[in-house]
Amino acid sequence: MYKYNDFDSAFLAERNRQFRTQVERRIDGALTEDEFKPLRLMNGLYLQLHAYMLRVAIPYGTLNPNQMRALALLAAKWDKGYGHFTTRQNIQYNWPKLKDVPDMLDALAEVSLHAIQTSGNTIRNVTADHFAGAAADEIEDPRPIAELIRQWSTDHPEFQFMGRKFKIAVSGASNDRAVLKAHDLAVQIVKNDEGEVGYQVLVGGGLGRTPMIGKVLNEFVAADDLLPYIESVISVWNQLGRRDNKYKARIKITVHELGLEKIRELTEERFAQVRPTFGGADQALFQDIQRHFAAPEFRDGGTEGFDAAYDSDPVFRAWADTNLAAHKAPGHAIVTISTKKHGATPGDATAEQMREMADIAEEFAYGELRISHEQNVILPHVHKNDLPAIHARLKAADLATANIGLISDIIACPGMDYCALATARSIPVAQEIATRFEDLKMEHDVGHLQIKISGCINACGHHHVGHIGILGLDRAGVENYQITLGGDATETAAIGTRTGPGFAYDEIVPAVERIVATYLEQRESAEEEFLQTYRRVGMEPFKAALYPASEKKVA
Amino acid sequence: MARAFTPKVVTANDLLEGDVIYLTAANTWTRELHAAELITDEAEAQLRLLEAQSQPQIAVGAYLADAKPGEQGPEPTHFREEFRRTGPSNYAHGKQEAKLEATADV
Ligand code: SF4
Repeated sequence: MYKYNDFDSAFLAERNRQFRTQVERRIDGALTEDEFKPLRLMNGLYLQLHAYMLRVAIPYGTLNPNQMRALALLAAKWDKGYGHFTTRQNIQYNWPKLKDVPDMLDALAEVSLHAIQTSGNTIRNVTADHFAGAAADEIEDPRPIAELIRQWSTDHPEFQFMGRKFKIAVSGASNDRAVLKAHDLAVQIVKNDEGEVGYQVLVGGGLGRTPMIGKVLNEFVAADDLLPYIESVISVWNQLGRRDNKYKARIKITVHELGLEKIRELTEERFAQVRPTFGGADQALFQDIQRHFAAPEFRDGGTEGFDAAYDSDPVFRAWADTNLAAHKAPGHAIVTISTKKHGATPGDATAEQMREMADIAEEFAYGELRISHEQNVILPHVHKNDLPAIHARLKAADLATANIGLISDIIACPGMDYCALATARSIPVAQEIATRFEDLKMEHDVGHLQIKISGCINACGHHHVGHIGILGLDRAGVENYQITLGGDATETAAIGTRTGPGFAYDEIVPAVERIVATYLEQRESAEEEFLQTYRRVGMEPFKAALYPASEKKVA
Repeated sequence: MARAFTPKVVTANDLLEGDVIYLTAANTWTRELHAAELITDEAEAQLRLLEAQSQPQIAVGAYLADAKPGEQGPEPTHFREEFRRTGPSNYAHGKQEAKLEATADV
C-alpha cells in the first residue's frame, strides 16, 4: 500500500501543528467560534448532539495493521473504547474532547492517517471497491488511481471552497461494490476492444434530497488523460454549479439541468485547455504509486485444512458460506468480518476488536485490511487453509457473525443518537430488525436482502439503494419511518420506490416483517432473491401487506 | 391574536467537553435540564439568548429550545431535546452515564 514520502509527512505535520495552535487560540479566546468552525471542519472535527465528533479518512478503505492499531489507540485513549466505521470508508469517534484532538491527529500522522477533507465543500475521501486488489472479477486494482486522485485533490487550491462537497469512487471490477452510480464522479476501469486498459467516467450520481443515478460521461478515457479529464469535469461544475441554493449545488443537479450532452461538450472544451498543462509529471507519479500497490506474493499449497473444517464444523461452514468471496489467487479467499452481530450497532468495533483484527491480518492475511462502505472489515487476502484458525480467533473476539449480505447485515447511519442533522434515530431500528430476524431464525432462509437506514434526508445510510430502504423523519414531533423498496446499490443501480405513508417507531419492525413475509409467499423458489421477486411482482403485493385497511377502503 | 409563546430554555454545547449545557436563572451553566431557567416571555428569551451568545468561551451554538414546566424543572417537548438531555440509545453514554456513576456513588 502507499507509503508517505517526506513531503507527505512534512505536509501533515505542518497541518497538525497549525491546527494545534488554532485549538489553543480558540480555548484562550483569541478565535471566535465563527472563525474556528471552518478551521475545525477542515480537520474533520464536528460538534454533534452530545459531543465533538472526529471523522478520520481511511483512504479507499485500505489499512495496514499498524494503522488499525492506531485507530484502536484513539478509541481507547481519547474516546469511549470504540470507533464507528461509516459508509464513506471513514471512522468516526463520537466522544473526543477539544483539547485532545491535536494529540489524536498527531497519533494518526504517525501512521500516515489524517482527517483532512473529511468535511467542507472539498473533494472528499476517495472511496474504492473494498475487494480492490483481491477480487476475482477485477481488471486492475483501482487503488493507485484513488491514491493519485487523493494526492492531486489534497489541498488543491482550486477545489478547497467549491459550491458543495464532491465525492469520488473508483472500481476495477465488473461487479460494482463501491456504489459508483451514487457518486458525484466515478471511475470504472475498463478494457477496450484493443485490450487497452482505460477508464469509464460516470457523473451526476448522488443520494440525499434528490437521488440520481450516475450517467456515463465518457466511455473510455485513456490512462494518461484521466487526471486532466477529472480536473476538467470538476472545474466545469465548479464554475457552473449553482451557489444560490445548497440543495441544488451538487453536480447531479447541474447535469440534470444542463443535460449530459452539454456537460460533455463543456468538459471537452475545458479538457483541451487543461490537458497541455499536465506535462507528464502525473504519469511519473502514477507509476511510482502503482509500485506501492503491488500484490503480495501469494503462497501455494492445497486447501485440505479448509475442506476438512468445512465438512466437519457446521458453524464454520455457515460462516464460510456467507462471509467469503472469490479471490483472484488460487487457494485464497476474501474474508468479510461482520461488525453486525445481532443487536449490535452496525459499523462499531471496540479497541480490542480492532487490535485483534490487526493481529490476525498480520499473522494470516499478508498485513492487509479494508473497510467496506457496508461498514464491515475485510481481510482481502487469506489462504483458505488459515480460515479455520482465523474463524476461531474471530469467534473469541465476538466477530464471527455469519450474516454478510443477509437481512441483519444492515447499513445504518448514526441518526439521532449522535448526528446533529438527524430527524430520527436509525441505530436502534437496525438493532431491533436484526434481533427480531435472529429470534425468528429466518435470515438464512430469506437469503440476500439488504436493508439500509438513514436518519434524515441526507441519506448517509444509502436508504435509496437498499432493497428495503428506511428513512427516519420527524413528523409533527414524532419519529416516523418511510419505506422504499427495490433500491439497488450495484452495477444495476436503482432508486427505491416509496411504499406509501410512513410508520411510527414501534411499527417499523413489524412492517419489515410483513414485507419479508410477502416476499416469502411470492417468490418462485428459494433461489429467487428479494430484489428479483420485487422486480417480477412489483409493489402491489407489498403495499397490500403493509396497508391492509386502506386497500379495503379503495375496494 | 398572537400565538401563545411556547416556553424556552437556552441550551448549547460546552466548548471544551462538547456536551449539552443549559443556562440557569443565575446566569451560570448547568448540565441538567431540570436546573435550567424556563423562560416564558418571548422578549426575555431573546435577551437571554444574547446573554448566552456573549459567553463564547463556554457555550457553542446557543439556541432556544422548546420546553415545558415539570415537577423538578423544565422538561423537553421534542424527542431531539429528550435525547440531548439523556444520551444515545445504543450505549449508556453521555448524560445517562454521568447519572449512573452518580447513583453508584451513594
Ligand atoms: S443521514 Fe442524516 S442523520 Fe444520518 S448521518 Fe447523515 S446527516 Fe446524520
